[in-house]
Amino acid sequence: MTPFMPASSDTPLVELRKVSLAYGSGPARMLALEDATLDIAKGEFIAVVGPSGCGKSTLMKLVTGLLPPSGGEVRVHGQPVKGPIRGVGMAFQAPTLMPWRTTRDNILLPLEVVEPHKRRFRANKAEYIERVEKLLASVGLGGFGDKFPWQLSGGMQQRSSLCRALVHEPEILMLDEPFGALDAFTREELWSVMQALWLEKRFTAVLVTHDLREAVYLADTVYVMSRRPGRIVKVSKIELPRPRTLETTFTAEFVDIVHDLRERIHMEHA
Amino acid sequence: MTDRQRSLLLVAMPWLAMAGLLLLWELACIVFDVPEILAPKPSRIFEVMVQRWDILLKFCLETLWTTAIGFVLAIGFGVLLGLAIGASPFIYSGLYPLLIAFNAVPKVAIVPILMIWLGVGALPAIITAFVISFFPIVVNVATGLATIEPEMRDVMRSLGASQWEILTKVGVPRAMPYLFASLKVAVTLAFIGSVISETVGGNRGIGFLMLSAGARNDSATTFAGLFAIAIMGILMYAACALVERRMTRWAFRGEIVG
Repeated sequence: MTPFMPASSDTPLVELRKVSLAYGSGPARMLALEDATLDIAKGEFIAVVGPSGCGKSTLMKLVTGLLPPSGGEVRVHGQPVKGPIRGVGMAFQAPTLMPWRTTRDNILLPLEVVEPHKRRFRANKAEYIERVEKLLASVGLGGFGDKFPWQLSGGMQQRSSLCRALVHEPEILMLDEPFGALDAFTREELWSVMQALWLEKRFTAVLVTHDLREAVYLADTVYVMSRRPGRIVKVSKIELPRPRTLETTFTAEFVDIVHDLRERIHMEHA
Repeated sequence: MTDRQRSLLLVAMPWLAMAGLLLLWELACIVFDVPEILAPKPSRIFEVMVQRWDILLKFCLETLWTTAIGFVLAIGFGVLLGLAIGASPFIYSGLYPLLIAFNAVPKVAIVPILMIWLGVGALPAIITAFVISFFPIVVNVATGLATIEPEMRDVMRSLGASQWEILTKVGVPRAMPYLFASLKVAVTLAFIGSVISETVGGNRGIGFLMLSAGARNDSATTFAGLFAIAIMGILMYAACALVERRMTRWAFRGEIVG
């Protein structure tokens, strides 16, 4: 029961084949990721969880081509990834908004950089601003476009950061612990915002997190990684119905999945 | 003390401190009966400033003019070099040691060389002001660029931004507060540069005025020149601080910082 995966799953959008990555060379060489093999279907939401320092963020950088793999192959659309791939949105634990731009101008940034928006940015600016306002409203930030990021709370900044990651309608959204620095209430609220955005736009999402409940709440598939050097040690399909709510997180089914994942990660610490 | 009194006092403090210092000086001159040729009383200096304001103003404007040109050149050159050094590790490793060596050379030493090449006049003063003031600008702009958050870079790269776009959309705005902070330092240095040049060998400017007054044992006029330089220095610093606050409000997070 994976109703949100495309029925005719031809080639996956992203394929990792025995990918490994080492930082440094010689005696200082450190293997961060080993033999990672996974497929991400178009429109799938995956989460990668694991103990800290297990190469989760490395995995994310490999998928987007920000880092070249030391071994194995990364393919997107069946093509080997050679450099940073286009059409990716990213959100990090820090909102990384530019303090010299208003929230609206921050969210416009991808449209100034990514083709084909870049070419027609000046001509279509009014339309783009409208798009930003709509997006802001959809994450509950309507009317805050004129504020500077430093005038917003942490949760609001993170919402803006999500807007910036999505405004150019990327095919792939990369989330590197985007809710990690927020308080529990804001975090859970943003899970629901994130899910609503995903249900509406159906981008492909990769979420890196160490919050198991977050992973199970949001993802179709959860990958558990081992301690460094990171290997994928467990793949768990989450077949809970959508939209999931906070209530879902208290059901026995949800708790069991989280518990299973927790057990597997505890083995890594043993 | 109410908040209003508190803030008034904060504004008044620099003036009170200055008045206190001058008063102490005045009293010391009277009590120890210091001859005017050694240290004229502040009241006497102000008297001379008022009497000879037209000459002082003329020489001040000459100095201001050469300083301003040298300073503007330093901004242009400093920003370009700072951007190049901050953006490219190769340019950085190639030029940075040279810059440090150059900065360590006492600029007084190059004035005679400039005189040989260019003769006396405004040009040596402009060049001295320029070479003494561009260094902090280069270092600060380069620092602003080199400290771009890696995540910010990743965001830009994942959008497919070119190095040029990262430089113009992130690097340059980010380096602005660093630039403006350095301008306050650089403008004072530019003053030092042009006055040094005028003092070592020149025929114009407030440094020359002080030198020739000193040669005539006219201490009061020499000190009046000194005061004039100090006042110009403060004014230029204040102008730079004002521009800084206007241009980089975001760096102060909207707060008023003096």
